[in-house]
Amino acid sequence: MDQFLQAIQNSITTGSLYALIALGYTMVYGILKFINFSHSDVVVIGALFSTVLALTLLEKLGLQQAPWWLGGVVLAGAMALCATVSFLVERLAYRPLRQAPRLNCLITAIGVSLFLQNTGNQKFLFGTQPRKIPALVPDAEPLFMIGKVPFRLIDFIIVGTAVVLMVALDRLVFKSAMGRAMRAVSFDHKTASLMGINVDRVISMTFVLGACLAAAGGFLYALRYQTVTQPADTTWALLGLKAFVSAVVGGIGNIRGAVLGALIIASIENFGAAYLFSGLTDAYVFAVLIGMLLLRPGGILGSAAVEKV
Amino acid sequence: MPEATAGAPTTATPTPTGGGGAVLEVRDLVVNYGAVRALHGVSLSVARGEIVTLIGCNGAGKSTTLRTISGLLRPVSGSVRFEGEPLAKVPAHEIVRRGVVQCPEGRGVFANLTVDENLELGAYTRNDDHAADRERALTLFPRLRERLRQNAGTLSGGEQQMLAMARALLARPKLLLLDEPSLGLAPQIVQTIFSIIREINASGTTILLVEQNAHMALTVAHRAYVLEVGRIAMEGPAATLAASDEVRKAYLGIG
Repeated sequence: MDQFLQAIQNSITTGSLYALIALGYTMVYGILKFINFSHSDVVVIGALFSTVLALTLLEKLGLQQAPWWLGGVVLAGAMALCATVSFLVERLAYRPLRQAPRLNCLITAIGVSLFLQNTGNQKFLFGTQPRKIPALVPDAEPLFMIGKVPFRLIDFIIVGTAVVLMVALDRLVFKSAMGRAMRAVSFDHKTASLMGINVDRVISMTFVLGACLAAAGGFLYALRYQTVTQPADTTWALLGLKAFVSAVVGGIGNIRGAVLGALIIASIENFGAAYLFSGLTDAYVFAVLIGMLLLRPGGILGSAAVEKV
Repeated sequence: MPEATAGAPTTATPTPTGGGGAVLEVRDLVVNYGAVRALHGVSLSVARGEIVTLIGCNGAGKSTTLRTISGLLRPVSGSVRFEGEPLAKVPAHEIVRRGVVQCPEGRGVFANLTVDENLELGAYTRNDDHAADRERALTLFPRLRERLRQNAGTLSGGEQQMLAMARALLARPKLLLLDEPSLGLAPQIVQTIFSIIREINASGTTILLVEQNAHMALTVAHRAYVLEVGRIAMEGPAATLAASDEVRKAYLGIG
């Protein structure tokens, strides 16, 4: 029973992290029909910058213990930086390729990813040493226990923040004029521009939104796992891949699908680890991906592989 | 461009020719579509209050002309002026704001959005209250009112065409560009669509109508241009063209 409860708890927490990251992949795919491989590097920037910012702020303020609001400030800072980086990447690397074949965009995305990793690794930026984020929330004792399963404040913060952000995004996409424009652009760029929609601006907005969620993902990841490794570390690539797989499983291009996919992938990982071999968690995830691509390539909520011409 | 005052107040039904100055002035337009030259120097003009039709066969360059006016394609040379202002460097979304609104060919509706959301997108450029225009559009196309909550992709071809036109009206166009509104529709629906085109025009909207259905187009239009492989082959009052032997043979299948 404890094992089951623990697996559920882990699934929801890691699922929330994956979902925040998966949304960025799925939104960009929905609008530009290519996989933005540099998205996971935006997550890294979010995690590392949060860490550096938290350390610096604590030092500058001369505090030992983080005040309650510091987490919010750090998150806002990380979002601002990630949004800027993502905006610039789109503006400088992807926009010139708007009329180019999608393969060109894909290769460029890989290039941007390598660029961000290796720039981030430089001494004058984040360097190659792992960093430890200071405790921004009191986390010495679990809030309460059910059986032998501890419930920690940090897990509630992760899930709570993720839920708030995802509901906000859902409202924005499905209820606002901006969201309507985003969905119109995702259907067809030219027809959207005939409505008077500035397609380039909508695309920029999409990258900025995705980056804000990625920053939150990176920040919460750092809070939960505390040690944040260097930008080119494989941990990040794997984190990005799992979020990407979540988006594919849920139906790439579908916002609610990304969240559903993330919860499924996290469950497969955690239940696989709990009840099968724990050393094969990554293998389970990719086995599910392969199965999904074979049986239902459009994903769970995706439309059944209709290619628009 | 100064208004040529022909004595007609704006509320009056526009006379077929010369009701006002040219709102749209297309001159020597040369446009490539991909690697192919689609237009070889097309010139045409539309005066305020007119319905002008551009007829021609498949591939004559009709849609290319409209796309260039809307800013989706850029000309190799030549110019497009709207209300005297050149549109060459104006982005497509900005052209809509100026009042040139295109109702695109075929399934130009957002199939993944509801009918209601499609209509709202029509009014995307407007900051004023558009409830009255929405009401007017739904009165013109009562079928849409029953389907407001439905995804546009579930509509029939005729309903999609109606939605596309209603949506274009919500942008409150000064010049409405209609690309093949009769394409693939049953004859009865074509009749409905064309009578609505007349109504829209009667309420003061200038219309440039691209059609393959020359018969219907020449019936509603005041003036017409015949486009043949990227060139204007003939032009004149619609009634005159409809009576001419060449048009009757080539486009009306008579004679």
